[in-house]
Amino acid sequence: MKMDRRSFLSFVIGGAAGTTLSPLPWKLTDDLAIWSQNWPWTPVPEKGEVSYANTTCMLCPGGCGITVRKVGDRAVKIEGTKGHPVNNGGICILGLSGLQLLYGPTRVPSPLRRTGERGENRWQKVSWDEALAWVAEKLADLRGKRLSHTVACISGTDGGTVPRLMERFLTAFGSPNFIRTPSMRDSYEMTLHLMQGAQASIGFDIENADFIVSFGSGILEGWGSPVRMFRANSVWKENGVKVVQIEPRLSNTAAKSDKWLPIHPGTEGALALGLAHVILKESLYRKDFVGTHTSGFDRWSKEVVEEWTPEQVETVTGIDKSTIVDLAKSFANAKKPLAICGRGKGNTAGGIGEFMAVHSLNALMGNINRKGGVWAVPGSDHIHWPEVEMDAVASAGMQQTRIDGAGTDKFMHARHLLHRVPEMINAGDPSLVQALFVLDANPYYTLSDKALLKKAWAKIPFILSFSSFMDETAQNADLILPNHMYLERYEDVPYAEGFNKPFIGLAKPVVSPQFDTLHTGDAILRLAKALGDPVEKAFPWEDYEGCLDDTFGDQWEELQEIGYRVESDFEPGSRNTAFETASRKFEFIPEESKDAAKNVMVKAEGEEPAYPLVLIPYDSPRLASGFIGDPPFMIKTVPDTVLKENDLLVEVHPKTAQSLGISEGKPAVLKTPKGEARVRVHLFEGIMPGLVAMPTGLGHQAYDGYLAGKGINFNDLIGPVEDEVSGLDAAWGIRAKLSRV
Amino acid sequence: MKNEQAKKYGMVIDLDKCTGCGACMVACMAENNVPFKKDETNKLDSITWMRVFQLTNGKSFPETDICYIPRPCMHCEGEHGHSPCVSVCPATATDYSQQTGIVSQIYTRCFGCRYCMAACPYHARYFNWWDPVWPNGMEKYLNPNVSPRMRGVVEKCSFCFHRYQRAMEKAFLEGRRELEEEEYQTACTQACPAGAIVFGDLNNEKHKIHQIVNPDPAHRGRPKNPKAFRLLERLGTNPKVYYLSSREWVRRAGDNYLPHEGSGKGH
Repeated sequence: MKMDRRSFLSFVIGGAAGTTLSPLPWKLTDDLAIWSQNWPWTPVPEKGEVSYANTTCMLCPGGCGITVRKVGDRAVKIEGTKGHPVNNGGICILGLSGLQLLYGPTRVPSPLRRTGERGENRWQKVSWDEALAWVAEKLADLRGKRLSHTVACISGTDGGTVPRLMERFLTAFGSPNFIRTPSMRDSYEMTLHLMQGAQASIGFDIENADFIVSFGSGILEGWGSPVRMFRANSVWKENGVKVVQIEPRLSNTAAKSDKWLPIHPGTEGALALGLAHVILKESLYRKDFVGTHTSGFDRWSKEVVEEWTPEQVETVTGIDKSTIVDLAKSFANAKKPLAICGRGKGNTAGGIGEFMAVHSLNALMGNINRKGGVWAVPGSDHIHWPEVEMDAVASAGMQQTRIDGAGTDKFMHARHLLHRVPEMINAGDPSLVQALFVLDANPYYTLSDKALLKKAWAKIPFILSFSSFMDETAQNADLILPNHMYLERYEDVPYAEGFNKPFIGLAKPVVSPQFDTLHTGDAILRLAKALGDPVEKAFPWEDYEGCLDDTFGDQWEELQEIGYRVESDFEPGSRNTAFETASRKFEFIPEESKDAAKNVMVKAEGEEPAYPLVLIPYDSPRLASGFIGDPPFMIKTVPDTVLKENDLLVEVHPKTAQSLGISEGKPAVLKTPKGEARVRVHLFEGIMPGLVAMPTGLGHQAYDGYLAGKGINFNDLIGPVEDEVSGLDAAWGIRAKLSRV
Repeated sequence: MKNEQAKKYGMVIDLDKCTGCGACMVACMAENNVPFKKDETNKLDSITWMRVFQLTNGKSFPETDICYIPRPCMHCEGEHGHSPCVSVCPATATDYSQQTGIVSQIYTRCFGCRYCMAACPYHARYFNWWDPVWPNGMEKYLNPNVSPRMRGVVEKCSFCFHRYQRAMEKAFLEGRRELEEEEYQTACTQACPAGAIVFGDLNNEKHKIHQIVNPDPAHRGRPKNPKAFRLLERLGTNPKVYYLSSREWVRRAGDNYLPHEGSGKGH
């Protein structure tokens, strides 16, 4: 057949038309789509039998009950446990993200020994035997040199069996330096101790209060036990309970409150005394309580009436005096008014003067140890271990002054003063800390004044982290002995923050350990064994589970089954017995801290005009700012007005920004006496002019690529401000300068 | 389907109680295998079936006020199931169920034209620009009841339809044809620590949602409760997600108004 031009074109065009009209191209497109949608790298989750396991969340001190949904041996979802006394089915954003921590790339897979320089993140895997032997050798060496007291432990919690085992280890070894990380727990414990003579945790019967005045407490940011507070807030809404939020920034709590009173930061204590002034002047306080159960009232009220008139308080706080009078009257006229403090999530200690001023408001209303009020909740009493028999080395070590100075004449009532430690280390030569243990804490990230901290860190010859995760502290340690993470281990949770009943939760393993980790309780026991007597004989238990079994005795099985123990019918002591001060009364002016009332305000570091603005931190429920960093799910929920790519946005009032010539989203340099950072600016009408607000919980250098390098760590820009009376770190902000670039 | 009255599952979110904490967003991501990237600050390509927006009253300090508003898929009914997205889908990859009132999304049918995204007035739909990648080991937490999506398809909130399926299977096994209210609840409803979300059958007078919203069948389910409103009511999308607020400015922010229009309610 001859192929001419005409037949060739007919063939091609006809063929194309024929193919187009046939189903072939459609079929091919469809197949292509299906094929591209079935690429084998899109995971197909394995099926399996569904089961549920209950345990206690340990990501914050909230003590919530969680239920883990499992498919086969995989944990697939965390939910709140229905009927749990603390959170009754609710769960917070961090608790929900727990499985990303369990299975995530931030886990420390096995004991790791540093090979490069500190912080270089170069590690060598070592076996547990090798690692523990190495630690034991270091410790034995220090003990041999009579330097046992130079071993210190920074712990995120106390009271539970694991921190108590650690404390016991240090005691038997010969060191008084068990130091808890700072939080409002410190200041509230001290308030209860000074004013009520109680060794107790603070509890708030918030569900039954009918008027709440919050001096900057982030009720909806994570203060107290977060889910409980969220639930209480909803109950308040249903019952028409009024909430007044006093803070310089329109936070979530302020936005949800019935009244937001912007205040000059750091003057909250003055406002509390201003309210007290009005209540005293108008004679609105509960005379029955004040008359019979308090001491020092006359002197205190005279001072308050003289010094804290609404006019003076208006000048200090910036709140209108008529507003002060109205607020004081509404507060006093409520049946069960409640005043609370502890800024934001309560991750900082705060000044004792401020806490006592706020607590005095509760005392004026007789709202202590009664329904809807503030309760002194006795600490958990489940641990009754035999006294440690100390040898000469241990006794000598225990008689040494604590590194942080807590309990000395100067800081008689303070139990833990971690912020003082870097300074003390830098002052000594050689370092007063020769070996540092870190347990459930991330001080390398959370401690302020980074220059001082880094200098001190470099002086500590040996740093051991027990972290399950590669956090900043672990990354800058010499050895990591990874604990099982909370979903893999047993541990008692000795309280739920701010809960008004004695409570113990139990964390139970819901999955088997995913990596070559070891329970820190067991690590401590094995270390004690390796050291031999007298340390060894302080630990008569085979392993940690044996210790738990022994500690809880016949209640162990029940605790395992129910998962928590709560004294639901707990009533705080009757007033005649509740106050254990020398006078057996509530002390308005405790003898030991006479000056606290004069010290209700603590000044921020830095001076004008070099630093014309004030930088304050703000907490967000979507940003974990404690020892755990944000898992990927949480960081995903952070708005683009807080974080844009890797840039952090600070909040500034439009007028302030205008005066600096900075507009929305523009870069700027933020400088404080402690540091400098490049930020971007977000204009926000909800912040007082003259302030700069920065979110906490960002600026991590460790963890994974989903978190590291995003934003700025607020702790890099601030330093501690020591409260003269208590020694606690009372810093609430720092003076700053913002300039355009 | 003889014995079965048609359901109309819906949601009511109390904005007075919502604290903006974001737990609903994460509960949804965890339940529905929603992927995540290293940088999620470009919110246009950040997949969040449930997303909490922030509203502001636009006033200056200190009168300024903010309100958080969670936005799942509204599961619009439109008129007789003609929701905006369903009407435009050329692949029938999204459909309105007359049995449940749920707008489905069938990933294997979707070929990624994104007409539905253009049609959705609530920005409730998201496109997978990339294949989902979980960091090594994290696939372990994936939920087998929800298939992970691949690159090139659109996804959105399903009212946790797989939970409905599981609940129905269980009911059928037990010889029942009807579900109790608490047997089918979405992940966000269950998680909300403030108890701000109520989920249930709008057609069922015994369900809390019906009692709270009091939908008016004569006006396409517009709420009779004066505190309740729907987003962009005036578009006629007939959404099944309702909001409650005691604040006038919040209710007003739920729709677009010309300056001279007074009411915070739709017309």
